[in-house]
Order: sequence, then structure tokens, then C-alpha cells
Amino acid sequence: MNDWLLGVVVALSLLAAAVVAVQAARDTEPQDRTFLLLAVIEAVLVVQVIAGSIALARTDRDVDGVTFVSYLVAVALVLPIGAFLSLAERSRWGTILLGVAVVTVLALEVRMDQIWSGVGA
Amino acid sequence: MPEHADGAPGSPVALSSGPGRVLVFVYGVFAVAATGRSLVQLGVDAERAPLAYSLSLFAAIVYLVATTCLLLGGERARRIAVAACTVELVGVLGVGTLSYLDTALFPDRTVWSHFGQGYGFLPLLLPFLGLAWLRSDAARNAPDRREG
Repeated sequence: MNDWLLGVVVALSLLAAAVVAVQAARDTEPQDRTFLLLAVIEAVLVVQVIAGSIALARTDRDVDGVTFVSYLVAVALVLPIGAFLSLAERSRWGTILLGVAVVTVLALEVRMDQIWSGVGA
Repeated sequence: MPEHADGAPGSPVALSSGPGRVLVFVYGVFAVAATGRSLVQLGVDAERAPLAYSLSLFAAIVYLVATTCLLLGGERARRIAVAACTVELVGVLGVGTLSYLDTALFPDRTVWSHFGQGYGFLPLLLPFLGLAWLRSDAARNAPDRREG
């Protein structure tokens, strides 16, 4: 798995989590620039699906391929679904939902890295 | 969402609005996570820990029911969701306690073992949040409950 992509996703997600936390504290609805930031993260996640699949095909190590690809795809679906749900919720709760989606991405990324490294069950 | 497009302004909020919308997302994530986990576990090596894997599947169904009911809305869906969250609470407390007391019973982990430790203890927190929302006034006054 590409450590650079992982690093970029984690860094941007932490930034997005901080931005959303401030917005939720200020009781604001989801902002356009937040969606823009999430779109950038999503673009990196789509690249990660491709890069991850190629890395899986090339590696000699024994990686649980089915689980790994499931995570690759799942993590790329989280933000679109979260954004879609929050569009119909123009309140603080829509903002909180985006925050939950970003944290979900972070959790899945960490778990995916463990699966790639063969750590844990 | 296309639901109640004819609703007048200021009509009652749906079960899946406000805090409910965040819950839909979280329950949806756990529904997918638990389903995926149970299918992989049952598909790869069902004999290794039949109880743990069956519980994973059971948890998945509970999460799916809760997610669906929140999305459907209405009083009946709310009541089913309350039941699902109650089962979920009993499940996470029961399985969580058992997994500490009798480790031989759970050779492999489930969503609920060790009170959902593998998932940041969210499975323990989630039923409380779900029940709090479902029993709140806003959720009780959701559409389809105007008969009194």
C-alpha cells in the first residue's frame, strides 16, 4: 500500500475533522468549502483504489486480497454517501454527519493499512 | 430525500432528520461492517467459532433493521427501531461480559465482544444514542403519528 497516499488521506481527513468540529461547535450547516475539501479527499481515495489494486497484484506477500479490496472500495464510498445524506440535512447535524464520515474514513484507512501489513485478525 | 414532498412548511420532522440522520449513517456503517465481517468469517472458516460468527451475523441483522426503520419513519418503524436498539444493548452488554468471563466461548472476535473494543467501543455507545433519539419528543412526533 502506498504510504504517501495513506499519509495524504490521513492528513487531509484530520484537517477536515478539525474544520467540521469548529463548524459544529458554531452550530453551522455544512459549508460549500467543506464539501470542496471532502471532494479532494475523495479524489485521493479513488486514486488509492487504483494504486491499491495494482500494488495487490504486484506484491509477493500473502495479503488477504478480498478483504483488502473490500476496504479499498468501502473507504471510497463513505464520503459520497455521507455527503449525500448531509445535503438533505441543512443544520448542525449535517455538519456532524460529515465529521462522522471523515472519522470513518480515518478508521478504515488505519484498518486497511493493518490488513496490508498482515497485522491483527 | 423524496419523502413527503407534499408536506407543508413546518411539518413534523422525520425519524431520519436532525440527530436521526447522523444515526442513519452510523448504523448504516455498522450494518455494512458487521455484515461484511460475518460473511467473511462464515465463508472462510465457519467451524472455528460458530457462536461468535453467528453473533456477528445476528448483530449485522440488528443494525440493518435499525437503519431501515430510521429511514422508513413513522410510529411503527420507530417502535421496531426501539426494539432493535434494545436487543442491541442487551447483546453488546451480554456478549461483552461473556467475552471477558468465558474466553473459550469466543475464540474469534465479534462486533460486540469486549464491549466493541475493536470498534472504539462505539457498539456500546450506539444503542444508548439510538434509544435516546427514538424516545425523544422530536422522534415521537415524527409523521404518521397524528392519531393521538
